[in-house]
Amino acid sequence: MSNEKYDVNQMPEKSPLSFQIDLKKFEKATDDEKRQQDVMSESVSFFKDGMRKLMKNPLAVGSIIALLLIIVMIVVVPHIVPYGYSEIVSVNGKRDKEATNMAPFEYSEMEQAYIEEGGEVFPHIMGTDEMGRDYFVRVVYGTRVSLIVGVFAALLVVLIGVIYGSVAGYCGGKVDLVMMRIVDIIYSLPDMLMVVLLSVVLREVLDVSAFPVLKKIGVNMISLFLVFALLYWTGMARMVRGQVLSIKQNEYVLAAKVSGAKTGRIIRRHILPNTISVIIITAALQVPSAIFTESFLSFIGLGVQAPMPSLGSLANAARSGITQYPYKLLFPAIMICLITLACNLLGDGLRDAFDPKLRR
Amino acid sequence: MSKDALNKNEYLIEVKDLKQYFPIKTGFMKSVPLKAVDGVSFSIKPGETLGLVGESGCGKTTVGRTLLHLYNPTSGEILFDGKPVNKNTIHEMRKEMQMVFQDPYSSLNPRMTVEDIIGEPLDVHKLYSGKEERREKILELMKTVGLNAEHATRYAHEFSGGQRQRIGIARALATNPRFIVCDEAVSALDVSIQAQVINMFEELQEKLGMAYLFIAHDLLVVRHISDRIAVMYLGRIVEIADADELCDAPVHPYTQSLLSAVPYPDPKMAKERERIVLEGDVPSPMNMPSGCAFRTRCKYATEKCAAECPPLTDRGNGHQVACWNK
Repeated sequence: MSNEKYDVNQMPEKSPLSFQIDLKKFEKATDDEKRQQDVMSESVSFFKDGMRKLMKNPLAVGSIIALLLIIVMIVVVPHIVPYGYSEIVSVNGKRDKEATNMAPFEYSEMEQAYIEEGGEVFPHIMGTDEMGRDYFVRVVYGTRVSLIVGVFAALLVVLIGVIYGSVAGYCGGKVDLVMMRIVDIIYSLPDMLMVVLLSVVLREVLDVSAFPVLKKIGVNMISLFLVFALLYWTGMARMVRGQVLSIKQNEYVLAAKVSGAKTGRIIRRHILPNTISVIIITAALQVPSAIFTESFLSFIGLGVQAPMPSLGSLANAARSGITQYPYKLLFPAIMICLITLACNLLGDGLRDAFDPKLRR
Repeated sequence: MSKDALNKNEYLIEVKDLKQYFPIKTGFMKSVPLKAVDGVSFSIKPGETLGLVGESGCGKTTVGRTLLHLYNPTSGEILFDGKPVNKNTIHEMRKEMQMVFQDPYSSLNPRMTVEDIIGEPLDVHKLYSGKEERREKILELMKTVGLNAEHATRYAHEFSGGQRQRIGIARALATNPRFIVCDEAVSALDVSIQAQVINMFEELQEKLGMAYLFIAHDLLVVRHISDRIAVMYLGRIVEIADADELCDAPVHPYTQSLLSAVPYPDPKMAKERERIVLEGDVPSPMNMPSGCAFRTRCKYATEKCAAECPPLTDRGNGHQVACWNK
């Protein structure tokens, strides 16, 4: 069509009563603007696209920052604060017997005397515990232990649960039947009994003296990880299997087969990306649940070994003196809350970010 | 066509007495075979379109999927270009045989961009040497099916049904196949889009010369696109003939009743037309009647129909019918 025919200036004047759109109010698109419509947006991978969306979610960014701060704290604080987690406060090389159960930023008599003489004492930010150990350092170390236990447990659960569940769901039939009955058997065992038995047995059986790295972590921690690896993947496996069963009915899986894709590729490219929301949510909830289980085990003496603190054992120890020193329960409780909340919000954010239907 | 001259075989696809049974569990360790496809034979020439019609559950889709070896056939033989299709040879043939699916909503992975969806067959068969070439090929395919380049980085849910079906077609075309199964490829689209997509199928056939197995339940659509039409009833082909001959002079009573159900755009003609209404329901494929499967609803049925299953016999001009009485 010729442009002259539709020239705005040659059109009849619009009647003021008409609802017709006044073409004079519009401007013609320039060639440059027209070309803009054709420009192809940059090709980004699924992962990059998800991360970009995650960064736009204020709650998720907040929880990433909170988790990063916690991680920085557990790495840096032990190097700054001059107290050890099992070290009883001493002044000038002499043990300070009075420095027990102090309030935050309180100094004992010996310390005050030392300060007046011109010495420097690092403040007890959260006070001291009933044995005269700096509580701040203990909470930091406790957070470190709990966070490591939680993250490792979640990783193990994701790894085992996702592989097991997707294989069972994808193969279906008899393979699925046998694999899921094994899961049922593990599921039907009483959790806590198994945890207690396993950690007792593993502690006796495991010999880590040959591996310095494992020795540093401690037999108790390793047995904790093994317990999580052996018992807690079943829930994840069931979730993933259920998702896979419904996703493999979709025609795009069939289309991939027609294209000649092998089973591994179909699971990796088509099935797992579509189960990712379930995986992320379950994994995010696994972190706090592992922290809680660890604190229970520490409470009955099967978790981390005595002088090494964990958030659970600190909270349990604080329970006895809750009327006199409520803040001792408060500090580890706040840390547990922060970790749990950050994990859950981050999980939510990740799920939304990796759902292309929620784009923009 | 030059492609015909290259082929040493007259037929691209030959199906001989194909049977596909699925076991249905009826109790502990007991199962009954569901005869989805029960002895189907047909052949397709290069560049030809065979329409496959029949009501829901008659085994049309199963035939299409078994051809591509998505199911392992119970018995029978499928030859592609003279070579048997089985699990050892199928991987090579995947490049040559493709499929367009019925549901444009579930046939595209919601977590992949259009570029990756169309590029998947290219990735699997490693049909490019670098990223540049991959992109070029994908853009060319998108152009072939009438999609814009700017669509490449979008996700499937951002498109309408017709556009999604085009993406599915582009994916099927990616490996340059010689045979495409269109499994109800236009049934889920509305009429105006159907016309667009069908015309596109025809244009592509003219340009690229591939053969189609066009599965549908809409006889008018099938007549428009097909060279020949096969009519299925309960897992068997009851009639197969040239498209126009089958529509103008149907022989089998089932085909006649199917054709009488096709709506006519002219109300006057529609009034005068005799409508054959079948009585009863389709028998269960788990418990098929003896002899001819159609005899329970056929007004011409005799004792012979119950005793013996009629074979497909040639009535001249390649018009084959499976009926004792017609």
